[in-house]
Amino acid sequence: MHMIKALFRRELQSYFATPVAYVFIVIFLMLMGTFTFYLGGFYERGQADLRAFFNFHPWLYLFLVPAIAMRLWAEERKSGTVEFLMTLPITPMQAVAGKFLAAWAFTGIALLLTFPIWITVNYLGEPDNGTILAAYIGSFLMAGGFLAIGSCLSAFTRNQVIAFVISVVVCFGFLLSGFPLVLDLFAGWAPQVLVDGVASLSFLTHFADISRGVIDLRDLVYFALVIAAFLYANTIVLGWKQAD
Amino acid sequence: MLETKGLTKRYGRHTVVDDLSFSCKPGEVLGFLGPNGAGKSTTMKMVTGFVAPSAGTASICGHDILTDTLAAQRRIGYLPEGAPLYAEMTPQQFLDFVADIRGLSGNERRQRLDEVITLLHLAPVLNQSIDTLSKGFKRRVGLAQAILHDPDVLILDEPTDGLDPNQKHEVRQLIRSMSEEKLIVISTHILEEVNAVCTRAIIIADGRILVDDTPKNLTEQGDGDLDVVFRRVTQGSDLPEKEADSCT
Repeated sequence: MHMIKALFRRELQSYFATPVAYVFIVIFLMLMGTFTFYLGGFYERGQADLRAFFNFHPWLYLFLVPAIAMRLWAEERKSGTVEFLMTLPITPMQAVAGKFLAAWAFTGIALLLTFPIWITVNYLGEPDNGTILAAYIGSFLMAGGFLAIGSCLSAFTRNQVIAFVISVVVCFGFLLSGFPLVLDLFAGWAPQVLVDGVASLSFLTHFADISRGVIDLRDLVYFALVIAAFLYANTIVLGWKQAD
Repeated sequence: MLETKGLTKRYGRHTVVDDLSFSCKPGEVLGFLGPNGAGKSTTMKMVTGFVAPSAGTASICGHDILTDTLAAQRRIGYLPEGAPLYAEMTPQQFLDFVADIRGLSGNERRQRLDEVITLLHLAPVLNQSIDTLSKGFKRRVGLAQAILHDPDVLILDEPTDGLDPNQKHEVRQLIRSMSEEKLIVISTHILEEVNAVCTRAIIIADGRILVDDTPKNLTEQGDGDLDVVFRRVTQGSDLPEKEADSCT
């Protein structure tokens, strides 16, 4: 735990030592605002809720979270610091966890900074703040899922662009796995069990459940499992890459 | 105590390190010599637990690097080739991070940090981002993190590569000053360095040990010129190119 804390601190410090953090946060907030008010029709809907805001989270994360995740390991490999890091007396699990948690905390900070929209909706009407809190939790968990996928994939390469593009594609698959676009790939040949399995992996459906204000244990477990599985895979990939 | 047993690394069909066995004890400064691509860095990466060997293993102070990795890594201070560092951090932040990971705290931590900062003359650049430092300073920050926890075993991959003559001199003095109580392995292709700091030299080429002797004996064999011995054993003849100068 002590090691993870040290790694976490170093990593988070690095975000704010470069313009990356500020650029990310500003763009994130601007896009959130634009989508909510223009595309989402926040005012036109005439309802005191944040559906117009949360509906766009999966799509924004699809591009912004891989942008955060792509540097996690690809940059370490490119600059050679991975050799320094992995010869310190830490386990690969600690290294992966420390970096992931820092990136997750960072997206959490960006998410928290959207609070003016929550103030706005409370000023304009009387929204169900429980539902909003649930949606924030769901959004944060979904960001964690995307991040874990991106972190794992960035360990494959030293090229951040490749890490980004592959992550976007895989995240897109996860996002839409409950929809025909993905299911049709399996429907023809795979057994129904598999098709149902793939369908149940959709980030969108699980997020939609939570953002309606229903915090179902199954949805929480789902995101926790996605994160754990990809982080575990991340340590395996690191091991492979070190062997060659 | 550092020991390797049949250490081997193969990439596909290519064998980079071939059944390397040697042992080394505290007080020794072992110079690892060889042409580029001889397997020096790969050996160091395996000994420090970064690269997994295809066969064989290494142990540090009795801790096997494959089965008792963390205990072995705690005993090692390692400067990887090219001294990779987190460019966006300042030396102060970087050394604080290393002190955290190395479990230094309280008085001991302050003392060790002060000591390495003084020893490597880092005070003037402590709060400047590593990005903006000269090569010499970067190398010194890399050395500082390697010796911060006062390790029993120091493994330095080309510690003076890219430094100017004064800086080289300083780093060599530093290595000599630490050599009594520590076991130090340095890799280099600068032959003068071997005479300057090493008590023992191993010349490897194609992943195999060709020579294992004291620098003094080697120099005598080459009629006072280590270059001659180096070329003779690594190329099998006295070719005119001076491999030793390729790095400067």
